[in-house]
Amino acid sequence: MKEIFKGESIRLSAADHVELGKAYSKWNADSELTRLMDSRASRMSSSKAIATNLEKELEEASALQHFFTIRALQDDRLLGDIGLHVINNWSSRDAFMGLGIGHREDWGKGYGTDAIRVMLRFAFTEINLRRVTLTVFEYNPRAIRSYKKAGFCHEGRYRGALLRDGKRWDVLFMGILREDWMKLYQ
Amino acid sequence: MLDIQTQLFEAKDIRFGPIDHEAHPEIESKWTHDAEFMRLMELKPVRPLSPAMVKKQYESIEKEMEEGKSLFYFTIRAREDDHLIGKALVEWVDWTNGNGFLRLGIGAAEDRRKGYGSQALPMLLRYAFGELNLYRVTAVVPAYNNGALRLFQKFGFMEEVRRRKALNRDGEIWDLVSFGLLNSEWREQNNGRG
Amino acid sequence: MKDIYRGALVRLSSQSSEDMAKAFLKWDRDTEMHRLADTDPAQLWSEKKLKELFEKDQEKDPPRAYRFSVRTLPDDKLIGATGLVPNWMHADAWVYIVVGDREYWGQGCGTDAMRLIVQYGFIELNLRRITLGLHSYNARALKTYEKVGFKMEGRIRGEGLRDGERYDGFYMGILREEWLATASSEEAK
Repeated sequence: MKEIFKGESIRLSAADHVELGKAYSKWNADSELTRLMDSRASRMSSSKAIATNLEKELEEASALQHFFTIRALQDDRLLGDIGLHVINNWSSRDAFMGLGIGHREDWGKGYGTDAIRVMLRFAFTEINLRRVTLTVFEYNPRAIRSYKKAGFCHEGRYRGALLRDGKRWDVLFMGILREDWMKLYQ
Repeated sequence: MLDIQTQLFEAKDIRFGPIDHEAHPEIESKWTHDAEFMRLMELKPVRPLSPAMVKKQYESIEKEMEEGKSLFYFTIRAREDDHLIGKALVEWVDWTNGNGFLRLGIGAAEDRRKGYGSQALPMLLRYAFGELNLYRVTAVVPAYNNGALRLFQKFGFMEEVRRRKALNRDGEIWDLVSFGLLNSEWREQNNGRG
Repeated sequence: MKDIYRGALVRLSSQSSEDMAKAFLKWDRDTEMHRLADTDPAQLWSEKKLKELFEKDQEKDPPRAYRFSVRTLPDDKLIGATGLVPNWMHADAWVYIVVGDREYWGQGCGTDAMRLIVQYGFIELNLRRITLGLHSYNARALKTYEKVGFKMEGRIRGEGLRDGERYDGFYMGILREEWLATASSEEAK
């Protein structure tokens, strides 16, 4: 059986809250990143605070959470993170996926698309989900394109759910069913 | 001029009330033994709860309301004798963006099909839009809950998201539907009245 | 949707930690019952400790196990407990059942309760299969489980030791498709 965590340019790896605390603290200085990823007000926290919170979150939700770091295959550099959060206490076998690539120099290089592909394979063949769901902001066309390429379908939008710079933006919902994924990749 | 006379928590046959930690746990415990009702209210696997477990839930609800300020929970009572009919809440309030999620349910079988939902929802909307000043509210409804689908459509909600085959219940697969209503739409429906 | 908690002889209800503690305080003293139900050494916990043990489990969300009390119809007497411990990745779960009150053994209550918890596992937790273990000397349980539709899947030789004698552990399972077939033929009757 092949290595399930390995992609073409990236691999998924374990999350270490201390390493991520340091990384997030740096990445969060880029407000374009935070505004693409987070609906909450952009803010800056110390790496210690982030690490502590992350450790607690990972421990508390461990039954429902599958969270990994994304590392470059070439030089093992930490690129970002990706996770699945299983909803409805597993009974619907659906999970929300979220990911982020931290440095803008690493955007547009296919790392995200590769990570999504590896994560979907994990979701459908290792933890046997029936579907994967995600939300993405209307003003994030690069991500929307990535998700469409990976096989996600548009399922609707929460109108005006984000208020930024005095304008209202929609939050888009996308989903991929196991049968959609199998048609694409098998 | 701001209308402060119209009561926020009184409707024709029902009212909103606080949790009664002494009397309500036993009543709600009984509701949780009605799987049919619970499956309308709850997407996670349903299970019956003892009065002590319900009491603990009530305590964490009030703790959350005190500390988090993103949950607004009301019991629904009959105006006649104040008995517990159901619950209505605004949760996951995201203040930065002005969003909230609505949930309501009439618990006792004998109190259903009396139109109480149609009295509770407008009160909850007035609270969300007129008191919490939210920009929009969302209601998430499983496709098998025809009563809720009809109720939200009746009050002008728009179907915004349909998560295909997202639920698995009773051996069947169902979509999960999200309805949304904007403050401006609600205001227009009520012709500017609160 | 029918009342999934109600059977012919018993119903599944919530576990009140107080009621369960009082009940097990009594039942634990019946060591035949304990030795049929458990692999742990027979032990006599205080009512206070039993209550703590039952409460500890209830707090988590998602729960590690879905636990119910078993009560008779129509007089609502607490006679036992049953539950499922899911392994979500595989959509499988361990099921357990104990009729603590020996007055209610051999009357079909255990079979009825097992049918209810299996139904719950398949239509509320959406499991693909349910697994159970029993001691080779528990002939009554074996018959009950077979009646409900479980099939023998394995035997661990000499898994247990009691009174100087080794006994085997039997492992049984029921698949979703098998259960659906029996459930629909039951409804057709």
